[in-house]
Amino acid sequence: MSIVVFIEVADKEIRGSSFEAVGYGAELAKMTNSTAVALVLGNEASAEQIAKIGNYGISKVLHAQDSRLDVGNIQAYSHAVVQALDKENATILVYAKSSLGDAIAARVAVQKKASLAANVLELPDLSDGFAVKKAVFTGKAFQYVTLTSENKILAVKKGAFAMTPSQDSANVESFSPQLAESDFAVKITKTDKVTGELLLPEADLVVSGGRGLKGPENWGVILDLAKALNAATGCSKPVSDLDWRPHHEHVGQTGVKVSPNLYIAVGISGAIQHLAGVSSSKCIVVINKDAEAPFFKAADYGIVGDAFDILPKLIKALKG
Amino acid sequence: MKILVCITCVPDTTSKISFINDNAELNKAGLQYIIGPYDDYALARAVELKEQIPGTTVTALNVGLAVNDQVIRKALAIGADDAIRIDAEPTDSYFVANQIAEIAKQNGYDLILMGRESTDYNGGQVHGMVGQMLNIPSLSPVMKLEISGNVATLAREIEGGKEYMEANLPLVLGCQEPIAEWKIPNMKGIMSSRTKPLLVISPTNLETLTKSELYELPAARSGCKFIAADQAETLIDLLRNEAKVI
Ligand SMILES: Cc1cc2nc3c(=O)[nH]c(=O)nc-3n(C[C@H](O)[C@H](O)[C@H](O)COP(=O)(O)OP(=O)(O)OC[C@H]3O[C@@H](n4cnc5c(N)ncnc54)[C@H](O)[C@@H]3O)c2cc1C
Ligand SMILES: Nc1ncnc2c1ncn2[C@@H]1O[C@H](COP(=O)(O)O)[C@@H](O)[C@H]1O
Repeated sequence: MSIVVFIEVADKEIRGSSFEAVGYGAELAKMTNSTAVALVLGNEASAEQIAKIGNYGISKVLHAQDSRLDVGNIQAYSHAVVQALDKENATILVYAKSSLGDAIAARVAVQKKASLAANVLELPDLSDGFAVKKAVFTGKAFQYVTLTSENKILAVKKGAFAMTPSQDSANVESFSPQLAESDFAVKITKTDKVTGELLLPEADLVVSGGRGLKGPENWGVILDLAKALNAATGCSKPVSDLDWRPHHEHVGQTGVKVSPNLYIAVGISGAIQHLAGVSSSKCIVVINKDAEAPFFKAADYGIVGDAFDILPKLIKALKG
Repeated sequence: MKILVCITCVPDTTSKISFINDNAELNKAGLQYIIGPYDDYALARAVELKEQIPGTTVTALNVGLAVNDQVIRKALAIGADDAIRIDAEPTDSYFVANQIAEIAKQNGYDLILMGRESTDYNGGQVHGMVGQMLNIPSLSPVMKLEISGNVATLAREIEGGKEYMEANLPLVLGCQEPIAEWKIPNMKGIMSSRTKPLLVISPTNLETLTKSELYELPAARSGCKFIAADQAETLIDLLRNEAKVI
C-alpha cells in the first residue's frame, strides 16, 4: 500500500502548503505502515525545489516533465494523478486544500471511487475505521467524518500540519502519464499573474484593510506595514467589490479563508462573514477607531484609534 | 441553450452554528436558509445569459428536503424558468454529484453552473465530480463567463491572478464573484415564481462514501488585550515576545 502526495507549484515554487501536505503524508505513511510518494507535474519547479520535498519526510518523487502540464489543466492533471495512484498501488491521495487541488481531486475521486474529505485538520483516527477531523461552516465548526471507501483523498487545510524541515533529500524518478488530446480540450489562452507577490492563502502574516481606509489612494500604509512585516495583503469584501483592491485579496466566508500566525485587521468592522474567513488565525490584531467594533471580540490584541495615525507609528516601531 | 444551475440551501451567512443530539446533528431550529452565496452568483449569470441569448432556458436544481422549497422558489423569482428538487438529505458530495449527473444525462444541458463551494460543508467538489461523471470539462473558480455560439470564453481565479481560457460546451463551472452581481427578485418575479413548475423526484443512486460522526465548536478566544493608540512599540513587543508571531 502507498500514499501519493500531490504537489502544487505556483510562480515556479512549490507552495508552502504542499510541503505541509508532504509532512502529513509522511506521518500518515508511518501510521499505516506504507510508503509515501510525492507527485510533481510539469517543468515549472526547479530541481532544488523538488529536492526540498525530502526535507519534509518523503524520499521518492515522481516527476512528469511534460510541459503541457506547466499550466493547471484540470482534466489532464486528474488523469495524471490517477495514473500515478495506479502505478504506486496507492489507496490514499493527500493534497493541500486549494481551488486547483479541489478541482483535480473531485475528478480523481470519481475515477477511483474514493471518499474525499476537505479541510482536514489532523492525522486520522484509525482506532475504528478511518476518521478525520475537518473544518466546516467556513471554520465556524469542526466535523468528524469516517471515510468508508477503500480509496481515500484528504485535502489538508493550511496551518494544520506545520513541521520543521530536516536535511534529508529525495530521489526523483521520471514519470510519463499517458494523456489524450481530449485532456486538453480547455485551451488556456493567457495567464495574468502578479509575480514575486506573497500569496495570501499561503502567508504566515497577513495585513488586511477594510472600508475604514476610505479609498484605494490610502492603501499605501497597508502596503508599507505589510512590507515591513513581510506579510501578504488582504481586504474585506466591500473593498474588492469597489475595486479598491483585486478580488483575490478578498478574505471571508465568500472569499479567501486564511489561517496565518498573525492577522492584522485595519478599519474592518468584523462582520460575521469576514470573521468566518479568519477565525483559524493564531493571533489577531484589530485596529479600529470604534471601540464597539465587533472585531475586537474576536481579537487577541486591539488598538482603538485612527488607522492613519497608528499605522505609520507601527511601521516606524518595526523598523526601529 | 439549456442551462442548469445547482443551488444549495444553506444557513444565512450571519447564522450562529450549534449542534444537538450529542453533537451528532446540526441544530436547525431558528436557522434562516438562503441560496448559497456562490450559487447565487451562478444563478445571476445564468439569468443574464438568458436575457442575452434568445431561446435560453434556466433550470434550478437542488438536492434536499421539502423545507428547501421556499428557497428554491426564490431562485424561480430571480429568473429560473423551472426547478427540480431531488428529495433526499444531501449526505455527501459523491451522493449529491450522482443525483445531479443523472438529471444532466436525462435532460442534456449545455451549461451546468454551480457555486465554487457550498458555505456549509465547503467541499468545492461537486462540480468536478459531476464533470467527471459526465466526462466533460469542469472548471472552478470561474469569475468571468461569456458565451458565443458553442464556445465559452472564461477566466478562472488562480493564486495571485487570473487564467483566461476557451472551451466548447457542454461545461460544468463552479462560479464566484465578479461573474455577475447578486440579483434581488422583483414583484413580477415573486408573483410568477408561485406558478412556475417545481418538480420533485426521488434519488436514484443512494451510495455515499463518507459518514458524519460528530461535530465540535472551536474554543473561544481568551479575550482582547487593549493597547493605547500611542503605544505602537508595546504592540510590536507583545507580538514578538508574548504571542511570538513575528
Ligand atoms: C452573503 C454575504 C457574504 C459576505 N461575505 C463576506 C466576506 O467573505 N468577507 C467580508 O469581508 N465581508 C463579507 N460580507 C460583507 C459583510 O457583511 C460586511 O458588510 C463587510 O465585511 C464590511 O466590510 P468593512 O468592515 O470593510 O466595512 P464597514 O463595515 O463599513 O467597516 C468599516 C470599519 O472601519 C472603521 N474605521 C473607519 N474609519 C477608520 C479609521 N480612520 N481608522 C480605523 N478604523 C476606521 C469603522 O469604525 C468600521 O468598523 C458578506 C455579506 C453577505 C450578505
Ligand atoms: N445539495 C445540493 N443541491 C444542489 N447543488 C448542490 C448541492 N450541494 C452542492 N451543490 C452544488 O455544488 C457546488 C459546490 O458544492 P460543494 O462541493 O459542496 O462545496 C455548490 O455551490 C452547488 O452549486
